[in-house]
Amino acid sequence: MEIETKAMGTVSIVEKQIIELEEGFYGFSQYHRFALVDAKENPFIWVQSLEKKDLAFLSVDPFLFRPDYELDIDDSLLQPLALESPSDVIVLSLITIPADGGSITVNLQGPLVINKKNNRAMQAILTDPRWQTKHDLLAEASVNRGVQ
Amino acid sequence: MLILSRKTNEKIMIGNEISLTIIEIRGDQVKVGIEAPKSVKVFRQEVFEAIQNENRAAAGSGANLETLSGILARQD
Repeated sequence: MEIETKAMGTVSIVEKQIIELEEGFYGFSQYHRFALVDAKENPFIWVQSLEKKDLAFLSVDPFLFRPDYELDIDDSLLQPLALESPSDVIVLSLITIPADGGSITVNLQGPLVINKKNNRAMQAILTDPRWQTKHDLLAEASVNRGVQ
Repeated sequence: MLILSRKTNEKIMIGNEISLTIIEIRGDQVKVGIEAPKSVKVFRQEVFEAIQNENRAAAGSGANLETLSGILARQD
């Protein structure tokens, strides 16, 4: 099917790219259906609302630049996702690109957690103080590169 | 909205399953104990607001993504 996107015009997607957030994103609870669309900039992914064209979040797999990232979420909070196995989980972190040219940041405290088996998803809030809403993406990416 | 006074060790029940206990009052700080089912999300309001604000900032991100290209190489 074809969808209208904020960043990439009209894009063709398939059903399995659609995720359902029963509770939406915090601050955007009225929007429940989103599509995961690869951005032109690899490996970033757009989380595009299907209900509002202008609502889209750029995201990235946090483990790509923070191998030490971990999510410790109580199973009962994940119940809406009906997860059967940890290997069914996809985690995406939302990216903020300030319009004023400030540092690009990644939100590691409020990850998007997706069950790829049934495409149910939710935004979690982590309580581990290591994970904040604004991690400098460039700084963390270069640190990680230095380690390898 | 309900506004009420409680003394140390007194409780407030919210529904049948959630209780707040005033554990200690010291100066302008109140220590509160919260008992709720695990399925109920309990956060400090600042945390909740920080996530909301970050989502709004993320949704309003500039469309200039060129700087992102090449930052991360896919590792698969």
